Amino acid sequence: MCGIAGIIHPGKTGNVGGELTSMLQALRHRGPDSSGFAVYGTPKQGELVMRLKVAEREDLSTGFDIFRQIEERRAEVDRRIASMGGKIVAAEEVTEYAFRYRLSFDGDLRRFADYLEDIEGVELLSLGDGLELIKDLGEASEVAHRYKLEGFAGTHAIGHTRMATESDVDIRSAHPYWAYPFRDISLVHNGQLTNYWTGRRELERRGHRFLSNCDSELIAVYLADRLNRGYSLEDAMRASVEELDGVFTYLVATSDSLGLAKDVMAAKPVVLYESDEVIALASEEVAIRSIFPYEIDTTDPYEGEVRVWHI
Amino acid sequence: MAHLKTEQGSHDPGMHAERLAGRTQEVFFSPVEEANLVYPGSFEVDFNERAEFDAAELDIRAINLKIRELMSQGRGTIVVRNPLAKHSLGVGILNRLNLYFEGSLGYFGVGLIDGPNVRISGRVGWSCAENMMAGTVVVEKNAGSCFGAALRGGDLVCRGDVGARTGINMKGGSIIVGGRTGVFSGFMMQRGRMVVLGDAGKNLGDSMYDGTIYVGGEIASLGVDAVPGELTDLDVAWLERKLEQYGLEAPNGVGNLHKIVAGKQLWNYDNLEPAEKKMVL
Repeated sequence: MCGIAGIIHPGKTGNVGGELTSMLQALRHRGPDSSGFAVYGTPKQGELVMRLKVAEREDLSTGFDIFRQIEERRAEVDRRIASMGGKIVAAEEVTEYAFRYRLSFDGDLRRFADYLEDIEGVELLSLGDGLELIKDLGEASEVAHRYKLEGFAGTHAIGHTRMATESDVDIRSAHPYWAYPFRDISLVHNGQLTNYWTGRRELERRGHRFLSNCDSELIAVYLADRLNRGYSLEDAMRASVEELDGVFTYLVATSDSLGLAKDVMAAKPVVLYESDEVIALASEEVAIRSIFPYEIDTTDPYEGEVRVWHI
Repeated sequence: MAHLKTEQGSHDPGMHAERLAGRTQEVFFSPVEEANLVYPGSFEVDFNERAEFDAAELDIRAINLKIRELMSQGRGTIVVRNPLAKHSLGVGILNRLNLYFEGSLGYFGVGLIDGPNVRISGRVGWSCAENMMAGTVVVEKNAGSCFGAALRGGDLVCRGDVGARTGINMKGGSIIVGGRTGVFSGFMMQRGRMVVLGDAGKNLGDSMYDGTIYVGGEIASLGVDAVPGELTDLDVAWLERKLEQYGLEAPNGVGNLHKIVAGKQLWNYDNLEPAEKKMVL
């Protein structure tokens, strides 16, 4: 059991960081292991935003000489960015092990990401124009506070509160998943895929790389693969409902859209609230009520349903 | 508990439709005795004694304890304002009571109840009125999946749309849906009646043992061993009475509802248990 949530403000921005924090906090009983946010800010012309970590949180208490290693890894990140022709506009130390970079780079994004990921202990959480992906162990409010997300203004966001059932309790296995290395595609998922290895093998043979053993990452990469082949987001999602086996409800976000898909058994819950100003979705209505504490009309999307909303 | 000796006696109250034969259990509730049933520890309440409270700042346990406290004071009509979709509200009430929720409930709302009349002005989440024994529950807006799972008695009504697996494993009572219902509704239904005035999703009545499903709209597909049945005068009379009771109307008239029953090709009840087989051999 995990909790997922998403929100989009068509035609405007809102405090998506604060709203998503409230929604995920209301879902904390669905999974206490980790919390994650994919928030979409307003892109700046010619700039990329990169979120990365250079160590696991638990390394700080157990790793020998970890702080020196963090310094070395970060220096190597900076060196490799420069060697690839990138220019760091700003670098922010968000926690002792997680960083936010604003940079300019107009080369091959995949090569760029691969080169940085190749540094031992370094993991890119996201790289894109508007996407900022934050995930860590602990409840949503703790993580949001740690990463200063409460006031994050943006157009849309998806998030996840995780109960680990099929992979480890660490940041790498936490959601959301970035569809590495495709810019601005993120995904959160509640469910289990039963054809994970078959699907993964197929995508790996097409040249995709997986960063974890979590079945949710397969959906992110699957969708990115289809988008890369010219599918619309909605068509890619409809194909996923046909081809992915198992029980699932997932939310996917791109730079300008938020999508929902539900398996044909409708085995995993999601509640939807739609108005002209905002669309909010969550595993439980109590999450939506945490930001709309008054009477609203909500619905349960049906089996096999696919919906997409745009900013 | 009454022992109804004849098939007619158990068919008339609408409890089941199958012919009783072989080893099928012949013990059913008596409507007369059931109406007079009072649980040990239940409270004497007066429906004219009304109380209301705001649940916005209370947690689940505090809300349920507050309802119990008010019943213990003899309040027979309780209004809960701002339930804010919290889970497991109003569960396990084994008492006569008029209970009104002004707002929406989360998961497992009013489950395991026996007797109260509940009205919910908003929406309900998954598994509303699970294992309900008697009483009425009316939801004014939509409902999530597993609406009335394992229902045993009473009337469960949703005026809007409901999710998947409505009435899964229901063993009695009536579920009435004003709108549409999702996939696998009536899955493994054993007794009772389900009325869906809108469309029904795929695999309707899959593996149903008995009971009856009426559908006013389109049926995406029937499940295994669910087959069309003939609408009888008794069906029409019951449907007209129930729909009128809850202010609902069949879109094309009661006479045009599709009736779905069990094909009973999966029935295998008269097989001997392994231990009995050994004795025979």
